[in-house]
Amino acid sequence: MSRTDESRAAARARRKADRIRESHADDLPRSLQPSMAVRVVTVAALTIVLIYFLFPIYWAIIASTKTPSQMTSGNGMWFSVGLADLPGAVAANYAKLLGWTRGQFWRWVLNSLLYSGISALIGTLVAVMAGYATAKFDFRGRNAAIAVIMGCMLMPAALLTIPQYSIFHAMHLTNTMLSIIIPCCVSPFGFFLGRVYAQTSVPDELIEAAHIDGAGEARIFFTIVLRILAPAMVTIFLFLFVATWNNFLLPLMMISSDSLKPVTLGLYGMVSLATFTDRGALMMGALLGVLPVIILFLGLQRYWQAGLAAGAVKG
Amino acid sequence: MSAMHTANRGTGRGAGSRRSQAAKRANRTGWAFMAPFGLLFALVFILPILWAVYSSFFRQVTVGGGAYGGGELVDKFVGLQNFRYVVTSQAFWAGTGRVLLYTLIQVPVMIVAALVLAMLLDSFIVKRVTGFRLGYFLPYAIPGVVASIIWVFLYNGQISPIVKGLSALGVNVDFFADNIVIASMANITTWTFTGYNMLIFLAALQAIPHDLYEAARIDGASGLQIAWHIKLPNVRAAALLAMLLSIVGTIQLFNEPQVMAISDPSISKSYTPMMMALNTSQGTLTPGGDGPASAIAIVMALIAGVLAAVYALVERKVNDR
Repeated sequence: MSRTDESRAAARARRKADRIRESHADDLPRSLQPSMAVRVVTVAALTIVLIYFLFPIYWAIIASTKTPSQMTSGNGMWFSVGLADLPGAVAANYAKLLGWTRGQFWRWVLNSLLYSGISALIGTLVAVMAGYATAKFDFRGRNAAIAVIMGCMLMPAALLTIPQYSIFHAMHLTNTMLSIIIPCCVSPFGFFLGRVYAQTSVPDELIEAAHIDGAGEARIFFTIVLRILAPAMVTIFLFLFVATWNNFLLPLMMISSDSLKPVTLGLYGMVSLATFTDRGALMMGALLGVLPVIILFLGLQRYWQAGLAAGAVKG
Repeated sequence: MSAMHTANRGTGRGAGSRRSQAAKRANRTGWAFMAPFGLLFALVFILPILWAVYSSFFRQVTVGGGAYGGGELVDKFVGLQNFRYVVTSQAFWAGTGRVLLYTLIQVPVMIVAALVLAMLLDSFIVKRVTGFRLGYFLPYAIPGVVASIIWVFLYNGQISPIVKGLSALGVNVDFFADNIVIASMANITTWTFTGYNMLIFLAALQAIPHDLYEAARIDGASGLQIAWHIKLPNVRAAALLAMLLSIVGTIQLFNEPQVMAISDPSISKSYTPMMMALNTSQGTLTPGGDGPASAIAIVMALIAGVLAAVYALVERKVNDR
């Protein structure tokens, strides 16, 4: 069974397991049914944990509507103004956010989207190509290449940022978009996933048949292999996208122009200003700044789990 | 695989040369597909590693000029002097100690929490799990810097409902106190990555064939027994990988202390080895420059490698008993 079928089957199995859990839990033999007490305690514990994970986000939403004085006084758990005045409070903090960021806020969000989108796109393609090469072709130096790349998977990557800066500086590439995009489109983990997927879901017979039909290697890859690997590529894309979006050290070192900052660096700059006082406006920026990733998360949730499953089982 | 294909073209040749042509073809095609990744990899990984090793033997010194400065900066070969500086630097070992302590506490707490949550969500005890699963995973979408900023505000006594609520209950905590600040940081990391690790375990648990459960039930195994004897051994590979990646991740601890340093001046420029490396390379610590910074990075990478290897070995030993 191919990997794509497998991940689809896994998703089906998961949905089915969820359904069974939801509807048939009562049909279990009585000896296996968890007692009411166990159930209540478990759900209570899981809910407390859920509050722990969601509370900071809830608080950030509340805080994003407040002025500095409302922030220190008053109830931290709820809005300081009535619900009717809320749009006004939001608009006021939004205006202040744009002021603090010198009008660059959306530029930063756009930069983050560009950095993450472009490097994830390039990174996915080259990772899948390399994974396919090592999975299907016995070229000279293949095993050495695999060993070196996999070794770098356990390398503390942040440490590389400093020598990367020196090299990019020598190439006059620091403080350019390329200084973020190039380092971020290389991921040993992406290569690892691409290799696993190519090994398990691209049948040799299919490639052979295409050869017999006279298709060249490039055409086979771009028209057949890529189509088979499409769901896997979404997983790799997501990994690379989030890794780039979350990266802070790299832009901190590479970028000095205000207009080239990603949103993480921009917000950090805002909070580290000596004159900074407006935490509410900052929370507004934090929320607006993570919105694109959250949308991506919720929309493509099932690909995360499929990809993680491959990594977990093979790793 | 391409033998058949080569046979179509290489008519009238010997079997040996046909095979070698196929090999040549596979060689060419393989490298062609490998090349884009390989080039980028060389630029982003290999070259910087080589550069770090090379530059760690040099230090920038001023040549010429008088007592009032002037002169120009040149790289001078200093042998192992940079490494000697690192391994005898108190600041470096203090930072390494902090990071190791952090790893020792934070990684097991996070992995165990993730494992327990995954087991509970995979059990029959809870009926509706989608909300929990999404909620636990959501913090992973918040970049480390933003998460740190939010938590720093939640640690702040003037504005935080947590600190205020605790003090109303008679508990006064200072999340920035000397021996607590590291736990405050660990909490940020745990908050961000627990759900992600939980999802890895959940994926591994769902890959377990259902027949195993059926068989265990027929044999009269309880839910806890199933969890212990079937589920746990089956997520071992996933747990090992997650543990290794987490250890390597926490060694390079940077975002949390860097952000917390804004509101806590007691967090120094060399609080963690990564911060020390950055500040050294930017010359805000002396000796500064690429040479000492590279030496710090190399020693750290070695420590991380040793740690990961030791963990992997111990894990194997314990489980092969």
